[in-house]
Amino acid sequence: MNIFKEAFRAALTSLNAHRMRSLLTTLGILIGTAAVIAVVSLLQGLSDSIASQFSDLGGNTLSLKAVNDQDNFRRRRLNTLSISDVDILQYQVTGIERVAPSLMVNNSIVSYKGRSISPQVFGTNTEYQLVQNRYPSVGRFITESDDKGSRRVAVIGEKVRDELKLPNNPVDEYLLVGNEWFKIVGMMEKQGEILGFSQDNYVIIPFSVGRSMMGVFERPYMEVSFTVGNLLEINAVRERALRAIRNSRHLQPGKEDDFKIEAADSFVKQFNKITGIATAVLAGIVSISLLVGGIGIMNIMLVSVTERTREIGILKALGATRRDILLQFLLEAALLSLFGGLIGIVIGLLAGLGIASLIPEFPPAHVPFWVIALAAGFSALVGVIFGIAPASKAASLDPIEALRYE
Amino acid sequence: MIDLRGITKRYQMGEETVIALAGIDLFIGKNEYVALIGPSGSGKSTLMNLIGCLDSATEGQYILNDRDTSSLTEDELAAVRNKEIGFVFQSFHLLPRQSALQNVMQPLMYRRMPDAERRRLAKESLANVGLSDRLGHLPNQLSGGQRQRVAVARALVGHPSILLADEPTGNLDSRTSSEIMALFDALHSNGQTVVVVTHEPDIAAHCQRTIRVFDGCVTEDFKKLSRVT
Ligand SMILES: Nc1ncnc2c1ncn2[C@@H]1O[C@H](COP(=O)(O)OP(=O)(O)OP(=O)(O)O)[C@@H](O)[C@H]1O
Ligand SMILES: [Mg+2]
Repeated sequence: MNIFKEAFRAALTSLNAHRMRSLLTTLGILIGTAAVIAVVSLLQGLSDSIASQFSDLGGNTLSLKAVNDQDNFRRRRLNTLSISDVDILQYQVTGIERVAPSLMVNNSIVSYKGRSISPQVFGTNTEYQLVQNRYPSVGRFITESDDKGSRRVAVIGEKVRDELKLPNNPVDEYLLVGNEWFKIVGMMEKQGEILGFSQDNYVIIPFSVGRSMMGVFERPYMEVSFTVGNLLEINAVRERALRAIRNSRHLQPGKEDDFKIEAADSFVKQFNKITGIATAVLAGIVSISLLVGGIGIMNIMLVSVTERTREIGILKALGATRRDILLQFLLEAALLSLFGGLIGIVIGLLAGLGIASLIPEFPPAHVPFWVIALAAGFSALVGVIFGIAPASKAASLDPIEALRYE
Repeated sequence: MIDLRGITKRYQMGEETVIALAGIDLFIGKNEYVALIGPSGSGKSTLMNLIGCLDSATEGQYILNDRDTSSLTEDELAAVRNKEIGFVFQSFHLLPRQSALQNVMQPLMYRRMPDAERRRLAKESLANVGLSDRLGHLPNQLSGGQRQRVAVARALVGHPSILLADEPTGNLDSRTSSEIMALFDALHSNGQTVVVVTHEPDIAAHCQRTIRVFDGCVTEDFKKLSRVT
């Protein structure tokens, strides 16, 4: 590839002769790639950390939720799940292993020695720990007999302990939830934060107690998580559950579901959807900036071809073919663009790292290598594409007219 | 070698037609040493460019080394310029950002020759014009005479069958002019075919054959039997 090496060297020489101009020309490409790399590195770092936080959620867990459309909100007639929905999952759908309903207890103030907070309070059963794969780190979880006996016991998240200044081992302390006293029997493993929101700010009480604390006319908000015995059957079980619940809710055929059953990792999916949209928007911005950058390169290459008309004439007189000239100018445009891209990648990486470290609790930025390679390749490609017009202009110059050019 | 038959060259300038060459028949054989003379605007450069395959005729036939050039493709013409022709211009036409050595190596690049081989031949060619000590100099670091010698070295590095020089001494003082002409004389005596365009009679005096061009026609063509020294 001798000819290639020579063309490369010639391109470098001529770029080097106009360093400032080359840098300015390539600014569009530089900014475009820097923006992509910075944003991708932040998003990627974020999604890595979210994926790892959710990775221990079982893949065989499904959850049932009521669905409300805008109409329901307007008419203030919200759909909710009922205890019978829980029973149907528990007793009528085959293939379901464990069922853990979570009943949100509204407006509950939790107090301890004069301090009050309002964490999420929900009632559930002993299956919750297995279904959600979360276990107490101190003490024990709600047991079946707690539930049957409607005992006033509570399992708290670490954030609750910290906020209420409970002792390090909070077991056997008493909390006031609403207007009833609860004995703390355990504290759950720490979940940490997602996007700055603590995942440990909750109090778990027995399901039966949760039900009794709701007013008679209150419509409780409830979600039901359940596990499927055989992961391979998960779709079939989901179908059966859908049909059974439709029946129990007396939905006529053709009427839409007013509930949904989805995989528990749907937050990850949701997040991936958001990053997908962000990536698409970004891709749009980047393609505009690359287009602008490419036009800049085309412009400066056209200027350069005009400036070097005589030189091109000399090369042709010495025996350069169209292809030789074309290659040299294409390579020059590609290199110009690639340099912009490479500088942009470095700036983007630094910006990503800098931004990630400036935002507290933000996961470290991370760029997969293929993104860097793609960015570099793409910027070179832009150079080639926008270099075609100037290069073919150079290649098709008539030798004698080029030599005579003043 | 060079065989021109009924060559005309016309330029269309809007309404007006400029006739630069008006039917030239000319044969130049191997190892001839030819001076093309004539007043300014008579068509000497046009003729040279045609001979050097930089330009093509409007009418007529140009047979170079038994090949009709009108049938050649653009790439084949490039190859002819690269292999058969060595061109020296009045204003040197060196590549401004390349050293003397790189300038001389350039034509060999289009022969896809390995780097080391190109370098060797280029050094040899520069040594032949007495510039072994200026290999790394850029054109603007060389004197006019040195630049023209680099140009000659570049024209000759590929061992072309014809050396064409369009007023090679036009930008040089008389001392450097005679250096360049001494170089041409030596080349000729080594068997090189040389065609020189010139205004100056003492340059033409170096040559064995003088062709006078006037208004696009050959008006005089005479050979000296032996060179006057
Ligand atoms: N590209 C062109 N377009 C129009 N006319 C041209 C062109 N090139 C040359 N001519 C005309 O052709 C004629 C011959 O030009 P040429 O350059 O061959 O002259 P010359 O003999 O080399 O003159 P000089 O000694 O001044 O270099 C001139 O009248 C010139 O005006
Ligand atoms: Mg001339």
